[in-house]
Amino acid sequence: MDPTLVGQGLLSGFLFGGVYSLMAVGLTLIFGVMRVVNFAHGDMMVWGMYLAWLLSVRAGIDPYLGFVVCAGALFLLGLVIQRGFVERIVDAPHEMQILLMLGVALVLENAALVAFGPDPARVRSPLSQGTVWIGPLFVDVARLLTFGLAMVLTAALWLFLTRTELGRSMRAAADNPYGARVIGADVRRVYAAAFGVGAACVGAAGALVSPILPFQPASGLGLSVTSFNIVIIGGMGSLPGAFVGGILVSVAESMGAVFLSPSMKELVSFGLLIAILLFRPAGLFGRTAS
Amino acid sequence: MSLLEVSGLRKRFGGLLAVGGLDLSMAEGEMLGLIGPNGAGKTTVFNLLSGFLVPDDGEIRFAGRLLAGLKPHEICRLGLARTFQIVRPFPQLSVLDNVKIATLARHPAMPIALEAARAVVERVGLGTRARELAGGLTLADRKRLELARALGTEPALLLLDEVMAGLNATEIDAMVHLVGAINADGVSVLLIEHNMRAVMSLSHRIVVLSFGEKIASGTPREVAADRRVIEAYLGEEYVHPAQA
Amino acid sequence: MSLVKLLVLLAVAMLAALPWVVGSYLVTVMIFIFFYAYLGQAWNIVGGYAGQLSAGHAAFVGIGGYASALLSMRLGLSPWIGMWIGGVLAAALGAVIGYLGFRFGLRGFYFVLLTVAFAEICRVIALNVDAVGGALGLYITFTGNPRQFQFQDNRAYYYVALVLMLAATAVVREIERRRFGAYLTAIRQDESACEALGVDTLRVKMLAMILSSFLTGLGGTFYAYYLFSLQPNAVFGIPLSVEIVIRPIVGGAGTVMGPLLGSFILSPLAELSRTYLAQSGWTGVHLIVYGLLLIAVVLFLPQGAYPALRRLARRRA
Repeated sequence: MDPTLVGQGLLSGFLFGGVYSLMAVGLTLIFGVMRVVNFAHGDMMVWGMYLAWLLSVRAGIDPYLGFVVCAGALFLLGLVIQRGFVERIVDAPHEMQILLMLGVALVLENAALVAFGPDPARVRSPLSQGTVWIGPLFVDVARLLTFGLAMVLTAALWLFLTRTELGRSMRAAADNPYGARVIGADVRRVYAAAFGVGAACVGAAGALVSPILPFQPASGLGLSVTSFNIVIIGGMGSLPGAFVGGILVSVAESMGAVFLSPSMKELVSFGLLIAILLFRPAGLFGRTAS
Repeated sequence: MSLLEVSGLRKRFGGLLAVGGLDLSMAEGEMLGLIGPNGAGKTTVFNLLSGFLVPDDGEIRFAGRLLAGLKPHEICRLGLARTFQIVRPFPQLSVLDNVKIATLARHPAMPIALEAARAVVERVGLGTRARELAGGLTLADRKRLELARALGTEPALLLLDEVMAGLNATEIDAMVHLVGAINADGVSVLLIEHNMRAVMSLSHRIVVLSFGEKIASGTPREVAADRRVIEAYLGEEYVHPAQA
Repeated sequence: MSLVKLLVLLAVAMLAALPWVVGSYLVTVMIFIFFYAYLGQAWNIVGGYAGQLSAGHAAFVGIGGYASALLSMRLGLSPWIGMWIGGVLAAALGAVIGYLGFRFGLRGFYFVLLTVAFAEICRVIALNVDAVGGALGLYITFTGNPRQFQFQDNRAYYYVALVLMLAATAVVREIERRRFGAYLTAIRQDESACEALGVDTLRVKMLAMILSSFLTGLGGTFYAYYLFSLQPNAVFGIPLSVEIVIRPIVGGAGTVMGPLLGSFILSPLAELSRTYLAQSGWTGVHLIVYGLLLIAVVLFLPQGAYPALRRLARRRA
């Protein structure tokens, strides 16, 4: 095996990991604060991608600027879903919550299908044309920019969670099994904000990925599964875990693509999920889900 | 032959030694009280006996059989039944159907299990509430239901975990009466309780646990007078009725 | 004879007479209703009564269908026999999934993920292994020979589907009356309490999973020999799993009538949207409706339509 190829794969995987981390952090934030598993996570990301596509095609806005709008739009969607639906079943058995989010996933995925059609779409950014050489390896400028912006967003999120009162309330709720009581009076606001921020993360991630990879409504499931993979490996509810897990999984997938055929990649991904489910449900950093 | 023989029972949770080398024995027909401050390891002992936890060390012998490695349902089938400290009724089933789940263990045929359940429900005094959903019962009735279910499995030994907790004086009297009657019918009982009046009046013998260790055992009167027990748990104020 | 028994017999008689009274299109819709009611009822055993949500039941349809189709195409074995082999193979996968899930204590969302992962693995394998048809899938030549589970007349399929639906319903009805059913219902509410009462919860859940996957696997043969083609994405994919799951949930999971009611409500809806909206990029609308229905059911009728109707009927009486 050509070491350059392996190195290329490692670098590519590492850079793409930035997006995976952002995606996973969003999911784990929602779970950590509210103990809700967002089955629609991948489908929300796909909407982030399509919104970026719309902005690019209809308004000529580059996705590397438009991602802010995508994040904002998904934030609002998250708020609506939380306030409109999730909040009402906060005391219901877990099965109800799973079914609810599955319903949301179905609606989102098929609304995208109806709105945009089944064929793969792609966003053109002038930046996705360039390549840069790092030693013997080359990398797309687009991937570098995606990675950089994803890191900036993750850092911004970290600041939000550590420096602002709302953010600290969220972390308190996530760290503590008596989360709601720890926060005190304004539980609803914290929950809604958490869902919104989580959705915003994945919306931004979608926008940032749109210039790099083709996407279609059906991509939602695969992205959801990857998100779950990452979050379970890193530990449900653990933000550092999601971050590290995102990079790990991305590199692993990249290595998988280098050494195995593309069709095997999916097999590895699902096989990995099963293995993780059976042997490490607590994850590297986290505690078990209730 | 003694019904229950526990020797060297040990269980550790991380750094905490919940139960440290406990020896315990019970004869058939006996009512043994297990008392001690909170965190003493009493419920842990129940969990170890009923198979919900695996001991780190030690032996549990019930009716001559070693219980090592047996699952909770197997231990129940052998004749050792338990209640939970925080009662766990099946909320969407009626009182009768709740107990029916228990009697099905001994009577796989529905009609017979139902009849047996009816009898148990009458026996614990829930006859008038047989058709009510368990989720809507008062605490006292839920405690009775919990007891009824364990009884439905026709145990030789019944582990009752704080079955009086949360009840008022009248309800406690009724429960004491019921437990006594059950024991009188031949079911051996191992009783965790904080209500001293109840434990002292019901038990033939008492074992006192503190920080996972047995610090005293004997008749209620002996235990009530024991210096170590008074210091660790009872306090100076407690006076056993026989000493008053 | 009790009133209920009389009504049931009347309903069955009406359904039996229906194909001779209505047109071919309606017969097709009814086949659709019956078949998905059958699959939903099979799912109901493990998803409704045992409360173990599986979102990967399509895998069992796929295995059952592929097995009998391949056995027929390669070995000339009649699908009437291959059907049972397909069922057993599906049950074997069900046993594996069940054992891994239950033994490793996977509940709720983790169990759902496990079932999805296995279904997707099956799909990817079927898609990529040319020996079982690969991406093109399997096509069954039409002969119209009843010995090969094929019929010239739509009405024959109607009766097969009707018998399947009634048989599955009878199985579930029988389960409900027996100890197995009582245990399932109790396990759904509190597993640990069940263990303390002498219930071997692992064994009971495994039985439910095996029975459910076996019956679903049988359905795979019907699917193959009614549609005459097996496409990996269609027969192993999430959309089929959604179709299987949504009827019992909307109709009432954990009840005998739930999957039937759900299918009678949803199948015509799906069929209508498929017929009238499937052209011009409106595919997927019925799935949006499914999603909205799921949300609505969870928020307003968590036990499903049938229990709600029953309560309504009691109040009126």
